[in-house]
Amino acid sequence: MGSGVAEVVMRKHDEILRKHGLDLRIVGIADLKGAIIDEEGLNRDEIARFGADGALLDMSSLELIREIEHEVMVEATPTNVTNGEPGLTHIITALNSNRHVVTSNKGPLALEYRKLMELAERKGRELRFEATVGGAMPLISLIRENLAGNGITAIRGILNGTCNYILTRMTNENLPYEHVLREAQEIGIAESDPSKDVEGIDTAVKLVILANSVFGMDATYRDVRVQGITEITPDALKLAKDAGYAIKLIGDVDIDGRLEVAPRLVPVSDPLNVGGTLNVATIRTDLAGDITVIGKGAGPIEAASAILSDIIAIYS
Amino acid sequence: MRISMDIELKDIPGQLVQALKPVSDLGGNIISVLHQRDKKTASGRIPVQLVFEMEERRLDRLVEKLKAKGMHVVSIGKERLKDSMVVILIGHIVHSDIRDTIERIDSTGFAEVVGLSLSMPGVDKKSSAALVLSAIGKKELKEALKILEETATKKGIMIISPI
Repeated sequence: MGSGVAEVVMRKHDEILRKHGLDLRIVGIADLKGAIIDEEGLNRDEIARFGADGALLDMSSLELIREIEHEVMVEATPTNVTNGEPGLTHIITALNSNRHVVTSNKGPLALEYRKLMELAERKGRELRFEATVGGAMPLISLIRENLAGNGITAIRGILNGTCNYILTRMTNENLPYEHVLREAQEIGIAESDPSKDVEGIDTAVKLVILANSVFGMDATYRDVRVQGITEITPDALKLAKDAGYAIKLIGDVDIDGRLEVAPRLVPVSDPLNVGGTLNVATIRTDLAGDITVIGKGAGPIEAASAILSDIIAIYS
Repeated sequence: MRISMDIELKDIPGQLVQALKPVSDLGGNIISVLHQRDKKTASGRIPVQLVFEMEERRLDRLVEKLKAKGMHVVSIGKERLKDSMVVILIGHIVHSDIRDTIERIDSTGFAEVVGLSLSMPGVDKKSSAALVLSAIGKKELKEALKILEETATKKGIMIISPI
């Protein structure tokens, strides 16, 4: 994830400077083993070497956040929904050090949304997280900025590309779940431990972020009613198809406090019926009616697209 | 409940109004009236087709009133179950006695299971079913789904409902 961000910041540097007057420089990168820094800005070779050979400096991520002068900290460590770490401490430390934060890590927001937003506000810093829900698909800024003035009554959609891939393939090829899961693992669409995806946990965590950020709830991922896709049979998919429906893993949050992840029947003609690894969400609004966004949910460059737009938004 | 009714009126002035009045008197809401003057019956009466909403328990009273006015009530059609929904079930459906689940819904009086297709891949394997629920209204349909979900959860059956 982090390397995708570095790659995109480098590739787009000149264009962003020209269009937005922003001279983005990466002054430090840290992982578990150490860090590289250059207050003038790291170059492509240094970053590539860091990716290949590891760190040059024995400096922890927290030291980097506290001590090296920078304006925005991008948190791209893997999601942990048990305690949110190490992302949670990274974000708290960065805000306390007066940095803006852009994160793709869902864990800290799914567990401590309100606390983090209050800290950001107290510090007069921004905490942005477009990459956490729907990857490249613009959802949070779409609601906050483009749909400003609308009351949002519900959001429902497919927020996990792995589940969508598995169900689409089971439907099209009439194959059992286990078979399609193994196939998805072989081509890298599902992880070797797929439980977070297929049991609906990943969707639930994203739903919580939407519940808190869009509906002002103070929910954690433990508040979500979750059912995954592991029990779905090819027969069920066929029966659904005969009745004019597709079965999709749908995350559903609304203004009345509904927070639910479950396989649902989606009419084949509904805009939510997208296949493959795509993500999709329908936002129900009081003025604009229903708005549906479709996009790529996963992938380092796609997530980096969301992170980059958050960084630019901080300065615009 | 929506009711359609075929009646036959004498061919004298004021009969149609006489026929419609009891419907409103009994709290009914008339939706359509088809007055077929050109289709007189052999006995010279005029067939009228009425569609109205009315509580079912008042229907007998209405028929009495119409008969008292000398009108013939030819047929009464009840469009009871207006709203339907497909639901998919996955689990040991037959072993866990699906009949019992269906009876619970049918016994509500406001909803029924009107269709069922079952697919059983093998003795030990989970079966899948598509079930069609119908009810007298949207609220009742939701209620029926809730009953289905409650029974299914107890029996370890997964329910997939429409968005």
